[in-house]
Amino acid sequence: MSDAALYGLVGNLRLSDFPPKHDLIANCAAWVVIFGVVATLSAITVMGWWRALWTQWLTALDHKKIGIMYIVVAFVMQVRAIVEAALMRAQQAAAVNAPGVVSPAHFAELFTTHGTIMIFFMAMPFLTGVINYVMPLQIGARDVAFPWLNAIGLWLTTAGAMLVMASLVIGQFSGGGWSGYPPFTQTGFSPGEGVDYWIWSVGLASLGSTLSGINIAVTIYKKRAPGMDLFCMPLFCWTALCTSILMIFAMPALTVATSLLALDRYAGFHFFTNDLGGNVMNYANLFWLFGHPEVYILILPAFGVYSEVFANFSGKRLYGYNSLVYATMAIAVLSFTVWLHHFFTMGQSADVNAAFGIATMLIAIPTGVKVYDWLLTLLFGRIRFSTAMLFGIAFMVSFVIGGMTGVMLANPPIDFAVHNSLFLVAHFHNMLIPGLLFGMIAAYQMWFPKAFGFRLCERWGKVAFWCWGIGFYLAFMPLYWLGLSGAMRRSAQFFEPQFLPWLIVALMGAVLMVCGTGALGVQLIVSIRSREARRVAIGDPWDGHGLEWATPSPPPEYNFAVIPNVSGRDAFTMMKRAGTAYALPACEDIIVPRSSALPMLIGAAAGVAAFGLVWHIWWQAVAGVVTVWALVIARSFDADTQRTIPAAEVERDTTAWLAGVAAATPAPRSREMTPANAGLAEHQA
Amino acid sequence: MSARRHPGLSVAPGDAHTESEAEPVIFGFWVFLMSDVVLFALLFATYAAMRAQGIAGGPTPRAITDLAGAAIETALLLTSSFTFGMASLALKYRDDTRRLARWLAITGLLGIAFLGMEARDFATLIGHGAVPQRSGFLSAHFTLLGTHGLHVAAGLVWMAVMFARIAIAGVDDRVRLAIMRLALFWHMLDIVWVGIFTFVFLYGATG
Repeated sequence: MSDAALYGLVGNLRLSDFPPKHDLIANCAAWVVIFGVVATLSAITVMGWWRALWTQWLTALDHKKIGIMYIVVAFVMQVRAIVEAALMRAQQAAAVNAPGVVSPAHFAELFTTHGTIMIFFMAMPFLTGVINYVMPLQIGARDVAFPWLNAIGLWLTTAGAMLVMASLVIGQFSGGGWSGYPPFTQTGFSPGEGVDYWIWSVGLASLGSTLSGINIAVTIYKKRAPGMDLFCMPLFCWTALCTSILMIFAMPALTVATSLLALDRYAGFHFFTNDLGGNVMNYANLFWLFGHPEVYILILPAFGVYSEVFANFSGKRLYGYNSLVYATMAIAVLSFTVWLHHFFTMGQSADVNAAFGIATMLIAIPTGVKVYDWLLTLLFGRIRFSTAMLFGIAFMVSFVIGGMTGVMLANPPIDFAVHNSLFLVAHFHNMLIPGLLFGMIAAYQMWFPKAFGFRLCERWGKVAFWCWGIGFYLAFMPLYWLGLSGAMRRSAQFFEPQFLPWLIVALMGAVLMVCGTGALGVQLIVSIRSREARRVAIGDPWDGHGLEWATPSPPPEYNFAVIPNVSGRDAFTMMKRAGTAYALPACEDIIVPRSSALPMLIGAAAGVAAFGLVWHIWWQAVAGVVTVWALVIARSFDADTQRTIPAAEVERDTTAWLAGVAAATPAPRSREMTPANAGLAEHQA
Repeated sequence: MSARRHPGLSVAPGDAHTESEAEPVIFGFWVFLMSDVVLFALLFATYAAMRAQGIAGGPTPRAITDLAGAAIETALLLTSSFTFGMASLALKYRDDTRRLARWLAITGLLGIAFLGMEARDFATLIGHGAVPQRSGFLSAHFTLLGTHGLHVAAGLVWMAVMFARIAIAGVDDRVRLAIMRLALFWHMLDIVWVGIFTFVFLYGATG
């Protein structure tokens, strides 16, 4: 076959892009992915789960199932990214005056995939999943405003994640960092498929997040139960609203930045090139116009989770609700005014730097307000040290440290000194691990019984907590010191022997955090095996405050037999006090969205198109894009998109649940973590 | 929920229930448009930066500005917005599918004529060697106008789908809602074009 014909057929893809690879570790990773996929598919086949998987999950439009699938994606991707983190720590510890265990090119790929995955395919799916699951229940809605769009968001994100995983097997990923700065990511310095993998996986994720943001915002504005004023919403819903608004405004900047970079790479345009009028600084501006709001997209939902956890597990109302709401809004607005602090050193005038430095410091004020509100929520509370609460407390201490180093970095002169050093790496991990990951783990611990009807094992939860908590300090406190001593980020090798002890401590911390991830896995397995003793089917295991606890666990597809009438904050607490929490309502027919295979197929077609673009397989890219739009148009002709659940079925299920309520013994908080807790909370005077 | 929360939201005269069903859909589309406008805003900002710094010895904005052509394009697109307005009125106040289809068809033809003119502009520029690969400024010029053009093309495809749906199922509430959203989309593209005409063409002709 001629070269031209081969290019037309398979683009730049060649047999040499498949395993075996040159590097032993890369080889292992590729085979782990291949075996993982084969093992998963075989297990599903052997167990005969395909039909159930297809009808119950892959085609589901139920916001709860979509939320769970988002979190599954997040966990799978987290495993990869945390192993990469440990590998990078091992490399730096082994590479003081030595070559270490991986090549510099492989090391560049590692920090790129680690960052890209942790932001776009761990953090974003995790928080979107938690919002998807919890928010509609908290506002008393049957589903989100646009269930079909919701599923498209999920499957676009999943397609992006699969593209990143594919890069482990076929070819390689970008080495240009998670921020993909040109000119390094231009074809002159990074020829080949790596940067294209980055562009299209991030591009798919950014489209998915834009759609999710629209959906979440409209749901909160338009789908609240009667009486659920905005200021009656649980705080988590407020943070979900502010995060979704940030997504709507910030995600287009990422779409533009990656698209223009793609035009440079694919069509020879000159947006960010070194020659012919290209302007590399414009990329930094566009990227961080997205990138800084993104930080708050990540952190605000965790703030919401902590607000729920602290109030719930100290048995109190949330302190300073209004100030928490206004602080959330203030952070959301300010997040658009600080992007330039990511490149103080890029050469703008001192006045410009000063303005952005001051704006950056201002964010510490609303954040400080929040910390005080949380402290005062805990004060005089009857605190129960559940796993979720422990993660919350660890967050508060650690986040304040990270915040203070953030105020330091907001000073342009200090930033000039430590720019791009490990001090910065320590700072943003100090924000994101406690400020996002701990929050998502706490959310998982708190709402897991809601989603699956049984509690998670506390013992293994606490093992995970101590691994994460101690591991985090061991891994990142040394990096502050190393950064101040002049160790630069993204270095594959160091030449100062005095760095070595600190790098070894950091490696131990990373290993502990890998153990923490393992402990979460063990916790899940142990809990599933002993689920009968952990059942909380009645649905209120923690004496909860919000409407999500007013439903059975797991909640029915339609969430509420009858949409509740709300008359104030902490709606479920009020219902329990008034004795109306478990009354049989007058049931009516309920309309729910009918399952649809189209969103998954759209995600698959988008993934196929992206893969074609990565490898310059043009016919495949065109076919994928055409298929996406054909499926969207096909949907518009489908008039039969809803399904009615008859009142009799609703009444039957509700009556059965209420019979369970009548038969159950209310559990006091002291026996919350024992089999005595059937999900019915003892009334507390 | 009052039936008159949004003055523009009359799916059918006096049908409060349908309107409350329609409200999240129309509101959601407004939110999407807002996000889309942010995308255009960033392309405008990029164009502004490239116009100032990205000429690279290539053609200047003045050299590539064809005001007469731009005026015709503007006339075509603004007229198409007016004709879509007539289609919306036919949808809202008259139970007359033929009238609706006629105004929509005129809108579509104006849109196609606009795209034809834009393609001619691009071909002329490329014929003179003013290709997007020549300079950062030309990259930004082609990308800003091309993105707008792609949006117009997407609107035309959407319009074709609407014709098919009207032919198959008539003008039911779902079609009404879709046409209302298409109208918002079309008018948004008009507003973006006003920005392009002002900033790219009128301002371009000055330097």
